[in-house]
Amino acid sequence: MAGQEAVIVTRNLTKQYGSITAVQDLNLEIQAGEVFGLLGPNGAGKTTTILMLLGLTEPTGGQALVHGLDATRHPLEVKRIVGYLPDNVGFYDDLTARENLLYTASLNQIPASLARQRLEAALAEVGLADAADRRVREFSRGMRQRLGIADVILKDPTIIILDEPTLGIDPQGVQELLDLILRLARERGKTILISSHLLHQVQQICDRVGIFVGGRLIAVGPVALLGQQVMAGKPLEIELQAEPDNDDLLAVLEALPGVATVERRGAFMRVGCAAGVDVRRELAPYLAGKGFTLLYLRARGYDLDDIYRQYFQGEGYHGALAG
Amino acid sequence: MVRWQDEVKDWLAWWRQQERFSGGLKAVFQKELADNLGSTRFTILFLLVAVAGIGSFYVAAQNIRQPVGQGDTQFVFLRLFTTGGGSLPPFITFISFLGPLLGLALGFDAINGEHNKRTLSRLLAQPIYRDDVINGKFLAGFTVLSLVILALGFLVAGLGLLLLGVPPTGEELGRLLVYLLVTIIYVAFWLSVSLLFSLLFRQNATSALAGIAVWLFCALFAGMLAGLIADGLFPAGQDSPPQQILHNATLKQGLGRLSPTTLYDEATITLLNPGVRTLGPVLVQQLEGAIPGSLPLGQSLLLIWPHLVGLLAATLLIFALAYYFFMRQEIRAG
Repeated sequence: MAGQEAVIVTRNLTKQYGSITAVQDLNLEIQAGEVFGLLGPNGAGKTTTILMLLGLTEPTGGQALVHGLDATRHPLEVKRIVGYLPDNVGFYDDLTARENLLYTASLNQIPASLARQRLEAALAEVGLADAADRRVREFSRGMRQRLGIADVILKDPTIIILDEPTLGIDPQGVQELLDLILRLARERGKTILISSHLLHQVQQICDRVGIFVGGRLIAVGPVALLGQQVMAGKPLEIELQAEPDNDDLLAVLEALPGVATVERRGAFMRVGCAAGVDVRRELAPYLAGKGFTLLYLRARGYDLDDIYRQYFQGEGYHGALAG
Repeated sequence: MVRWQDEVKDWLAWWRQQERFSGGLKAVFQKELADNLGSTRFTILFLLVAVAGIGSFYVAAQNIRQPVGQGDTQFVFLRLFTTGGGSLPPFITFISFLGPLLGLALGFDAINGEHNKRTLSRLLAQPIYRDDVINGKFLAGFTVLSLVILALGFLVAGLGLLLLGVPPTGEELGRLLVYLLVTIIYVAFWLSVSLLFSLLFRQNATSALAGIAVWLFCALFAGMLAGLIADGLFPAGQDSPPQQILHNATLKQGLGRLSPTTLYDEATITLLNPGVRTLGPVLVQQLEGAIPGSLPLGQSLLLIWPHLVGLLAATLLIFALAYYFFMRQEIRAG
């Protein structure tokens, strides 16, 4: 992380549409120069939060501060320093890529000569230099998304907010896009907020992520620590593969002290430990002693996959919320 | 005590500073202007209005020779605009009928078009005031329609000079200018109606149809409905008392004037035909001893002053409504 100064701060940010609460008491701090992932399933309130950060939607309660400026009261100052790539970004189809960007430049009051300079640089950066004079209607989804990034870079903002940037792009394109985003953060020191429900794609470039479900932020932290935070206090589960994979393995595992349950899940054995016990240390020598070779071992609940399963697929997340 | 001039000056300075701060109005205005002028839709409409206008003018120029040849030479130039011939209605009828179409076409997809192209959130995330968008769009549409109407008006006037060889008097020129101005306000009314509909309806087609429905209602059905209501309340038959017939006529006219089309038609005929001396029902007693003649421009203006104020007020009211809805609208409702 480049600095410890919080550039985006929300205090008890709340938004209600009639009786529906889209965002509930959100308290978030994003430091300068970090890449923050706001992850959550569709309809969790991510876009609403972003719109409130930009002053495009008025919060029902609480505050959204960007560089210390209240987004509701000073929307112009905030929008000057924040670049926003909306979910499923649109352009004027009849205009060329260059004309679209020039319009953005004029809205930002960037002088014409500077705008031209920045425009070429931005288009080159996203790899659209050859398509600059083509009409946007001919662009593929991935190209539009990259043009959207160029549109943001052109403004030269200090904070960049990307809403679902990887949605609907092929894997190759996703990788390029993520590399580009990471470059913006690392080489240019931009603070980046990415909202997404595709956490597999986004987790690799985020310094920290926040898990956002049902309008509430239920966990925040670096990806590595998030698992422990979410799974704290729960019995450890281990997934393993061993050779020879036969029914004896099941019996041997069950015989190990501290193991509560063993079951077969597809190609893996799933071992549930008793509360507060971690058998991983003993497991390898124990299995080796019994004539088994350990091929694969993983503690469940310590990476985003499990968090994803737990929260995003509704696998009892009400219980987790209560706890 | 603060002089009002100073206050105005302060306000202007403040406004300029705000504009410099945002600059969004200018950018949106320029882009919308370019879009409007370059669109196929605009070309088609302009050609439609121009061909209809010039065609009717040409027929008028052919037919006008007859009365003029018989010695009736008053306001020949203005009569070019009000004389029809054969199957073609006069110029002002064409403009009154097609003008609204121009206004509607310029605005029906102003806001919902941005929504459907998903450009609105990107646009509003730029450092501009929110009302810059709707103001810029309205001003751009207004500029375009003013250009079209003035160009067409002067084109016809110029052709008139060529065809007739009779130069217009100052009075005639003044009347023509005021007529064009009123037309601009009237078409601007339809522009603000279409802008409002583009906010209320998500689909381009729906807002276009709604605009056309209102236009048809005002142009055709409002008059019929006014007659129906007036006849219902004050039936005026052959043997009804005069009082009742008068009531019927007044009510019919009053109701009819709720439609901006009626206001516009009455205003323009008064402007282009100086012989029109009154717009209400006339009693025989009032005609007794009156000398037939034409009104000077000032008096004609006095006659239609309420019409002009009404048209302007309606335009501003509808635009204010659109403005209100736009400022209150959630960016992502859908």
